[in-house]
Amino acid sequence: MQHTLTVLVENKPGVLARVSAMFSNRGFNIHSLAVGPTHQEGRSRITLVVDAPELEQLTKQLNKLVNVIKVQEIEADVALEREVMMARIACDSVTRGQVRDTASLFDAKVIDLGAGSITFEVAGSPEHLGAFLDHMSVYGVVDLVKSGRIAMRRESELSPTTATAGTAT
Amino acid sequence: MTEKPFTGSNSLLRSLEHEGVDIMFGVPGGAILPAYDPLVDSPIRHILARHEQGAGHMAEGFAQASGRVGVVMATSGPGATNLITPLQDALMDSTPLVAITGQVPTTAIGSDAFQEAYTTGLAMHCTKHSYLVTDADEIPDIVHQAFHIASTGRPGPVLVDIPKDILNQRTTWHQPVTMTLPGYKPTTTGHPVQIRAAIDLIEGAERPVLYVGGGVIKAGAAAELLAFAEAANAPVVTTLMARGAFPDDHPLALGMPGMHGLYTATTAIQKSDVLVSLGARFDDRVTGDPSAFAPDAKVIHVDVDPAEIGKVRKADVPIVGDARSVLKHFLDELSARRDPSQAPPRAAWLAQISAWQESHPLAYDQPPDGPIKVQHFIERLHAAVGGEAIIAAGVGQHQMWASQFWSFTKPRSWVNSGGLGTMGFAVPAAIGAKAARPDDLVYALDGDGCFQMTCQELITASTEKIPVKIAVFNNGGYGMVKQWQNLFYGGRLSAVDLTTHTPDYPMLAEAMGCVGLRVDHPSEIDPAIEKSLSVNDRPVVLEVVVDTEEMCFPMVPAGGSNDRVVMSLEDL
Repeated sequence: MQHTLTVLVENKPGVLARVSAMFSNRGFNIHSLAVGPTHQEGRSRITLVVDAPELEQLTKQLNKLVNVIKVQEIEADVALEREVMMARIACDSVTRGQVRDTASLFDAKVIDLGAGSITFEVAGSPEHLGAFLDHMSVYGVVDLVKSGRIAMRRESELSPTTATAGTAT
Repeated sequence: MTEKPFTGSNSLLRSLEHEGVDIMFGVPGGAILPAYDPLVDSPIRHILARHEQGAGHMAEGFAQASGRVGVVMATSGPGATNLITPLQDALMDSTPLVAITGQVPTTAIGSDAFQEAYTTGLAMHCTKHSYLVTDADEIPDIVHQAFHIASTGRPGPVLVDIPKDILNQRTTWHQPVTMTLPGYKPTTTGHPVQIRAAIDLIEGAERPVLYVGGGVIKAGAAAELLAFAEAANAPVVTTLMARGAFPDDHPLALGMPGMHGLYTATTAIQKSDVLVSLGARFDDRVTGDPSAFAPDAKVIHVDVDPAEIGKVRKADVPIVGDARSVLKHFLDELSARRDPSQAPPRAAWLAQISAWQESHPLAYDQPPDGPIKVQHFIERLHAAVGGEAIIAAGVGQHQMWASQFWSFTKPRSWVNSGGLGTMGFAVPAAIGAKAARPDDLVYALDGDGCFQMTCQELITASTEKIPVKIAVFNNGGYGMVKQWQNLFYGGRLSAVDLTTHTPDYPMLAEAMGCVGLRVDHPSEIDPAIEKSLSVNDRPVVLEVVVDTEEMCFPMVPAGGSNDRVVMSLEDL
């Protein structure tokens, strides 16, 4: 089962290596990883999507790392999750228009135009990106680069209506 | 001559002195050279080991025997990689250690420079924490943090890697600033709700067992454990790492449980209804098949490391805290409910335990004309010194026999490698222990296989005038491996024969500046022990030629259920 964790760490050299070393030492699997500075000086945030049946041992081992300040799971129902990708979609003079039309439904931005392809930038929830790729598969995905997932906990915890509204992409 | 500038090296030594270091162990080399210069003028005694692994185990022996942080220093590259085994050993056994390693200059890092290794990367896997120092001005704070992390919470090894140019950088020393470790705040006090829940369970138990691990020794909680065990009238098992945490001559003491544990200790846990784990971690050598371990027990798990709780066995009452603090609170809570001297009789349970002890004692057969059994020698040594010694052990049969047959009465009188099972630990660890406690007798009980891995450190011991005693049980091979090959590989012996005749241990000992003795008949044991005890100006190596076929029992075969303790070969 996939879990999303947000890990606040001291921005020290080697901290990411320590986290990934612990994962490989303990046999935990990282599905996706994103790291970047926060608004606080000296603090970075690592967002991890992990495949693990249960999180307790994993979060405890993360907490044992001296540079790790705080570990939180972001459960699916309160998660704001985003990914960015660049996708190169095959097209010819016939399909180019259809590809562009489809892309516009996903707010995908053209960032490169080749002889036989268009490259799009797409940002959104993992589901949004997944749906985009589903629709583009008929034309052919030539290349794909995806960022690690970043996530935040919703502040509006949590009436069913906001949950529904919030999942709109 | 102009006065030498104050450098990172000076700052390092000043910091070590500030942390109260008076003895350290190490081996110099290129990258760490600058740090060895101010050592000439420092009050710190540097014990020059013959191999960095030896230095590391010495620091561990020092720490295990004294409770203080052991300090080891080595150079970059091979110096640092030779430290990996002691670091992992210290990590597994929660031994407080600070390792200082030299590193190639910052300008050369990453260039595959001479004697370069990615030491902090290696250390990520075998330390509690590690530092790469990039500015000499930070040395006082980093060293202070290293000692703090090594010695608090669950103790462990911390490595400080210092590039040569940083050691040579001009700097000044300052009092370490207040600790800024936002991610490191060990919980030491157990939660009151859980303390009450634990006492509810213990007071209501019919068959309680206190399952005591090395955390009790690290926490200095032996007195609190004794008081609580008596107040609760609960029997106590002490794991390999906890030998000495509870006096073996106490009526409630059941000794070591587990793979080669005493039948009663192992079985009492199996049949317990409340198991109180104190600073223990449900190691596979204790639990056997974890799914069959103590099946009827409610578990109270006390540990200063939250990650240990629930790792192997679900805890019914989890308590994160230092064993000493929690035991004190246990006693307070119990005293608030009743007179602690009016312990529940638990007559049926204690009678059952006595019956097991009678029906399943430790046993061996010492033929009067030999061959000598290791167990017999250990009992004779115990008698000769009245149990007053620090015992160090290697890893294997002799270690198990030492733990089984030596009656420990004091914490920090047992120095061994439990978690990692590092053969060769005994000689250097004994040297470290003796350096820490020069007034105590330190007797290492070692196997011939172990001895051959690290015996060159006896040169360190004789030249540094550290008069340890080493009994080398010569059974001509790797006894435990041979035992497994005999039991589980149909007796097909493979790569376990070391020969009983080479080396000549007394000659080897003499060559290293020690007194060398040999005994191969039971009647010679007592005089040989006396002789070994009479020499105090240099180390003594006493070769004990022992039965080559003896097997270590009791035994729970690996992965088996602790319900099936094999008492002898016939039981299998």
